[in-house]
Amino acid sequence: MSFIIISIIKAAVVAAALLTTLAYLQWIERKVLAHIQLRLGPSRVGPHGLLQPLADVIKLVTKEDLIPPEANKFVYILAPFLAVATALVSVSVIPFGREIEIFGYRTPMQLTDLNIGVLFILAVSSLGVYGVALGGWASNNKYSLLGALRSSAQMISYELPVSLALVSPLLLLNTLSLGEIVQKQAGFLLGFIPNWSIFQLPFPQLLSFVVFLIAGFAETNRIPFDLPEAENELVAGYHTEYSSMKFAAFFMAEYANMITVAAVTTTVFLGGWQPALPGSLGHLAPVALFFMAGMVAFYHGFHPARARDRMTLPVVGAAFLALSALFLVPWVQAAFLPLFWFVVKTGVIFFLFVWVRGTLPRFRYDQLMAFAWKSMFPLAMANLLLTGLAVGLWG
Amino acid sequence: MNTVFFLVFGLIVVVCAINVVVQRHPISSAISLIGVMGSLAIIYLQLGAEFMAAAQIIVYTGAVMVLFIFVIMLLNAGSEEGGKGPLTVRLLGVPLLLVFLGLLSYLIQRLFSDTGPVRFGDFKGGSPADVGRALFSTYLLPFEITSVLILIAILGAIVLARKELD
Repeated sequence: MSFIIISIIKAAVVAAALLTTLAYLQWIERKVLAHIQLRLGPSRVGPHGLLQPLADVIKLVTKEDLIPPEANKFVYILAPFLAVATALVSVSVIPFGREIEIFGYRTPMQLTDLNIGVLFILAVSSLGVYGVALGGWASNNKYSLLGALRSSAQMISYELPVSLALVSPLLLLNTLSLGEIVQKQAGFLLGFIPNWSIFQLPFPQLLSFVVFLIAGFAETNRIPFDLPEAENELVAGYHTEYSSMKFAAFFMAEYANMITVAAVTTTVFLGGWQPALPGSLGHLAPVALFFMAGMVAFYHGFHPARARDRMTLPVVGAAFLALSALFLVPWVQAAFLPLFWFVVKTGVIFFLFVWVRGTLPRFRYDQLMAFAWKSMFPLAMANLLLTGLAVGLWG
Repeated sequence: MNTVFFLVFGLIVVVCAINVVVQRHPISSAISLIGVMGSLAIIYLQLGAEFMAAAQIIVYTGAVMVLFIFVIMLLNAGSEEGGKGPLTVRLLGVPLLLVFLGLLSYLIQRLFSDTGPVRFGDFKGGSPADVGRALFSTYLLPFEITSVLILIAILGAIVLARKELD
């Protein structure tokens, strides 16, 4: 019985955290993009635009929900739910940290540790294409249909490099359970290189890491592979006809998919919640990082660019310093250090997503397909064969 | 618990399968077929065939059915005309179907009368490691022959679909 209650509580916590993160990722993306393009980004709603996600949610909920008269109603309503559900489910097998003890119950910081975890993620993400394909078809709009066709062709094509790139590190780690995958990447080579699968002997998986990341960009329909929603050709792609919460559902699904790709990359290639620095350095990293962030905020608070910054930035700085102090408490350190490392690694990959969006132009469609079948697929295949050989000889 | 799940998903399989035939629109039929495949995967999972369940979703639900929907969307197939069909079909269709089902269940009963009912949780050899070991030891020859067969099919499809370059 307690197992069921704990599972429900964990699911509720993870769902709440995930949905909040989704809303704020969008704020982070807009801010980072703005700074790349020498703009300020959202800055009107709340200090530094921090309440912008809330305003967006209220706006989307209160918008009129249109259904095109010639649309297939059932499929039209089903599609966004499919998209968002398949995007959110994958998070349930991602491990966020080691076992913790709450009120006498020991439970891993992971919703469930399936022994076919990697297959589960592949299965669920292969269902994600339905939301896009059916949504585009049911809208009864040629731009939507073209966007949906592009998207499903792209997602099917890039699923191959994704799976092949994912298989190679599994040969090294020898398990499909994501919890065990993280366990097997513990420790350090030569005392300072983390034993993650991108560095692990006998065959470091750097190549498949790059292939997985690039194919991940394509799977999530992000720039430079965002042809399904190329606005200068297709208005908005598969969600042209969607409005209000149904549009928001597609939007959420895109961000949730991004989190999934970043989290899976972190877990399989970058050692999940294992620290990047050995020994006590790994323990002190969050303290130092938050302390530095706090100091930077204070500095800008006392040399403000705008009058308002004098008020807001010291508060932000104090919050960071408080976080920094919190990580000196042994109890917090024991429970949240793995979570800190997981969030840092996932965050770095998410930042990469935004960075690429701010820098690269869009591919042409034939380039996209040729890239998948003529470069990514053979590269992933060659890497898989070499890994197999290396593991067979020295593993 | 297992029985409840089996009844729920078994019911979904049957309802979806009937729906595949009943629906007039190809996309609705395809969506029902996705329901069949997905629920089948869950029944596999209950029987202890974890790898089969995952492969069922990845291959059938995630790839084959996507291609079905892709083709239906490309052809822009609309609803079929709802004709009533000849008198004989309307009168004899359902009784003949029932007779066929009865015959089928009778034959299965006769041929496999010595096997007991399936119990959930009895089968343990469904993990990816077990399936892989079986494929690369006991069933190595059939496995390799099947891969060659699929390769031939792929090449044949390319040759047939290729436009003549002149």
